[in-house]
Amino acid sequence: MEQKALYDYLLLLGDNSAILGQRLGELCGHGPELETDIALTNVSLDLFGQVRNYFQYAAKVAGEDATEDSIAMLRLEHEYKNSLLVEQPNRDFAYVICRQFLFDTYHQLLLNELVNSKNDQIAAIAKKSIKEVDYHYDISSTWMQRLGDGTEESNKRLQDALDFLWRYSMELFKPTDTEIIMAEMGVGPDLETLRPVYLERVKDIFLKSNVIAKEDAIFQYGGKTGTHTEYLGYILAEFQYMQRAYPNMQW
Amino acid sequence: MDTQQQLDDFQRRIDNGEKIEPKDWMPERYRKQLIRIMSQHAHSEIVGMLPEGNWITRAPSLRRKVALLAKVQDEAGHGLYLYSAAETLGISRDELVEQLLDGTAKYSSIFNYPTLTWADMGAVGWLVDGAAIINQVMLTKTSYGPYARAMVRICKEESFHQRQGYEIMLALANGTEAQKQMAQDALNRFWWPSLMMFGPRDEDSPNTEQSMKWKIKKKTNDELRQQFVDQTVPQADILGLTIPDPDLKWNEERGHYDFGEIDWEEFWNVVKGNGPCNLKRLEDRNAAWDNGAWVREAAVAHAEKQAAKRVSKSA
Repeated sequence: MEQKALYDYLLLLGDNSAILGQRLGELCGHGPELETDIALTNVSLDLFGQVRNYFQYAAKVAGEDATEDSIAMLRLEHEYKNSLLVEQPNRDFAYVICRQFLFDTYHQLLLNELVNSKNDQIAAIAKKSIKEVDYHYDISSTWMQRLGDGTEESNKRLQDALDFLWRYSMELFKPTDTEIIMAEMGVGPDLETLRPVYLERVKDIFLKSNVIAKEDAIFQYGGKTGTHTEYLGYILAEFQYMQRAYPNMQW
Repeated sequence: MDTQQQLDDFQRRIDNGEKIEPKDWMPERYRKQLIRIMSQHAHSEIVGMLPEGNWITRAPSLRRKVALLAKVQDEAGHGLYLYSAAETLGISRDELVEQLLDGTAKYSSIFNYPTLTWADMGAVGWLVDGAAIINQVMLTKTSYGPYARAMVRICKEESFHQRQGYEIMLALANGTEAQKQMAQDALNRFWWPSLMMFGPRDEDSPNTEQSMKWKIKKKTNDELRQQFVDQTVPQADILGLTIPDPDLKWNEERGHYDFGEIDWEEFWNVVKGNGPCNLKRLEDRNAAWDNGAWVREAAVAHAEKQAAKRVSKSA
């Protein structure tokens, strides 16, 4: 039971990084300038590094023939536990930055808690990842302000992105059964306690970026319990392509 | 106009093995030739991100995905580094990028071939980076200081990429029948374009003689191509793959491999913009640039506002 919860928890942690990393991977070579291309590729690289750490551990927990790759690439769509936010598409650079910022702020708060996890392995992964995520937050929060403050057009695009993406932000803080168990065991944080800090932090940056989060937003939930948007299926079609087309091979 | 005295002095410095630095006097043709070569090189790094970026979302394992991301990121870094080195010759990065986007500047033709399977990531690393390194090792000794120094750093990363590519091929060669076929197919498609990377035959290369005299290049296209063939054939043997050239054989007398004739019609077609992916590559680069215009404008506008704030604060 506890092992099952731990395994599910590792999926919750790893899937967010995997799907966001996959979205950023789509952008490689297509960024607005070389420097941003390098930065976003680097974020993707960090995220997949974290995925490997989580899923190598998950493979040990699962036992039998599980590997980091079978866990990452051979599940069915509803078995992925990433939040809806990270699977949203790269509509334009403002969406990319806004999605990243909404996630990074959460990710940073989460990892700051996980470094004190009673699970040593998770604490160690969090400790390693937090340095990377601090840098991700620097990039996305700085770009939020550049875009928000830059030109009329960039401000409008950022506001559009926020209008669209904000509805997916609160899912990050709504605990699943797994997260409740993990919080009780001292493995993960009580997500509800992170919500007010999150709101304070993002609203500070929104203010500096001249954008406003809708007060009357109707929030969307489901990804963490396996009910995704239509986008995930296509992400997985690419992510899993080789493993599905050429099963049981070494690469 | 460059005087004969200046030209003679310059040639003497070159002959003495001195490096030319940005503020030194140099003949206009030397400057132009270097801008051409260095910007082509930078553009190749940037366009080269596309055929490999094409497989990032589909890499077969997490380990391979991470390695590929790191590789493509290195290439962007090389591009940045080379643009900066080219800027020391008195041309801006924006001007160079414009030349790429409007099709007046060239980049390595190899990137106008498609990457159709995962094995192409192996073939590109092994063959394309392998060919690039041969050229770049020579360029670490080039007479223009900033270019030579850029090459020293870039060569280290490139040789890592090449090993990584070869290792992908090795995994395929040791794999299932389907994987072996995938590897052979990639070699079949990339072998000849890789040989073309060294450029036209010496007798058809108008710039070679002057480049050699100025020690921009130290070896001719044909010499470098031969070096590549000699180095690569034994590697293909280890992989158990067949190089698609019936005329390829060891020549005891020359101490080199003889090899067949390149399809020069294909070579010139691709150079002139009629390869399989020329349109797609330029379309992608142009789309990235155009779609990013508002982002670059926003960054400039924000920086100006920040600067204005600092001025008004200090006033």
